[in-house]
Amino acid sequence: MRPDVLPVMLVFLPFLAGLLQFIAGRPAPRLGNVLVGVNLLLVLALIPGVADEGAIVANLGGWSEPLAIHLLADGLALLMLLLTALLAVAVSLYAMAAWRDQHHDALRFWTLWPLLLGSLNALFLSRDLFNIYVTLELVTLAAIPLVLLAGPGKTVDAALRYLLFALLGSLIYLAGVALLYAQAGTLDLALLADALPDSTLAGSLGASLIIVGILIKAAILPFHVWLPAAHGGAPAAVSAILSALVVKAAAYLLLRLWSGPLDPLVTPAAGQLLGALGALAILFGSWQAFRQERLKLVVAYSTVAQLGYMLLFFPMAVTAAWQGAVYHGLAHGLAKGALFLAAGNILLYLGHDRLREMRGIDRPLAVSLLAFGLAGVSIMGLPPSGGFTAKWLLLTASVETGQWWWTITLLLGGLLAAAYVFRVLRLAFLQPPENVPDRPGMVPPPLMAWSATVLAVLAIVLGVVSAPLLELLGSPVGGSE
Amino acid sequence: MTGIEPLAVAAAGLMGIGLYGFCLCRHAVRRLLSINLFGNGVFLALILIARRLPDGPDPVPHAMVLTGIVIAVSATAFGLALVRRQARTRGDDET
Repeated sequence: MRPDVLPVMLVFLPFLAGLLQFIAGRPAPRLGNVLVGVNLLLVLALIPGVADEGAIVANLGGWSEPLAIHLLADGLALLMLLLTALLAVAVSLYAMAAWRDQHHDALRFWTLWPLLLGSLNALFLSRDLFNIYVTLELVTLAAIPLVLLAGPGKTVDAALRYLLFALLGSLIYLAGVALLYAQAGTLDLALLADALPDSTLAGSLGASLIIVGILIKAAILPFHVWLPAAHGGAPAAVSAILSALVVKAAAYLLLRLWSGPLDPLVTPAAGQLLGALGALAILFGSWQAFRQERLKLVVAYSTVAQLGYMLLFFPMAVTAAWQGAVYHGLAHGLAKGALFLAAGNILLYLGHDRLREMRGIDRPLAVSLLAFGLAGVSIMGLPPSGGFTAKWLLLTASVETGQWWWTITLLLGGLLAAAYVFRVLRLAFLQPPENVPDRPGMVPPPLMAWSATVLAVLAIVLGVVSAPLLELLGSPVGGSE
Repeated sequence: MTGIEPLAVAAAGLMGIGLYGFCLCRHAVRRLLSINLFGNGVFLALILIARRLPDGPDPVPHAMVLTGIVIAVSATAFGLALVRRQARTRGDDET
């Protein structure tokens, strides 16, 4: 098989599976699980080609530049695809157990989830500003209905608010794309950097619009307002997908565009501004996570905070910062997936997720709490986890560039993360009160507990296997083309 | 292009009104309409940009507008469905 078939299949197979499920009208979780398995194999099959040649290109329809629509897998895209594929397997196993008896919800989940997977794959492989807009919208339109699976009427407000912000964000992005096209006459990411004239007003305005649009989609402070309700209210499997992948895709896009086509337009001041937004997000999000009374909101605000770390690349813009930001994306994706799945298990057992009433769940939910604790290790950035490697790289970058204020942010962020993770764990391990409250829920089946744990273990393993992955990623300049 | 193009002013105006509406309106339908106004401003700007070639319009922005309209229609439809769902659940609570 020619290697350039792989990117095409990564996009079309999930779409096909989602549509088949829609036509079938009867939930087929096995089809979904086979699909995510095949998806993982396809991504793994991409690795040797990308490692040897740096990138695999598929020219759809055989057109050459400038008309062509490429699907291109390079190191950065491959790592994001790998994160998506690993998380997809764990979440699909979890979802198979979670929606076993709910026919309607299962049908909707197994229709929308493959469509979302295909859209995410397409977003990571796109190399064209307008295709990126289309894939961003596909991701939005596939992701938001999933939020509604929480139950009739529960999350409609959150979903609507999410939709409004997502639409505004992508149209602002499109306005920026229009301005850049007027300047450069091309949409191809590889050609744009050379075609753009230096520092024109329209060019700078276009770049700013693109960045603001993506910031809204990535829920970066001050645009985070839609995130906690949507991510906290959705069913656990959906929250895991949204927090670990969907907002991550927008943050990925910012890294990709900044180091590639926008490179001639961006200034150090803009980098510092984005870094400051990231630092604010880290401190504010962690503080809010610490103050929440409901477990899933703790985890959702933690996402607001953790996304901030990826923005610390922009003020420093050295290779260590690049690697740190991307690695943080991977580590956070796996750890946050584990946290949300574990939180879902706790919710299933207790029938609610109020922190104060969580005492004494350590016996029945031991495996889920193990997942929560291990994922917490990576979120806090303790060695030997993936979160530690990422923060270490970011710290190295801040020392290398002499920007000590980011060092302080990183340390404070780690301390605050420890505070909110341990607050949850402490309550979970406290002795139950004398009169044990009535707990109507069931102990989650092993599949649901272990899928969370596998993700958490992967987040830890990420700290050990960093060398080959970082080699695959390369440096920011090499990463853009 | 020399001087100030009236259509460019119209495009910027639509975007401005849309953004203003999104920031100030609380009602979801008004916000959806604001987003559509903003979107139409962007589409108008793209059509203006298509004039940049000396011999006839550039087809690429036109294709972008067509795709954009398709996306805007489906997203708006989804948004309206959500608004209706919201109204129904609120109605149920009151009775």
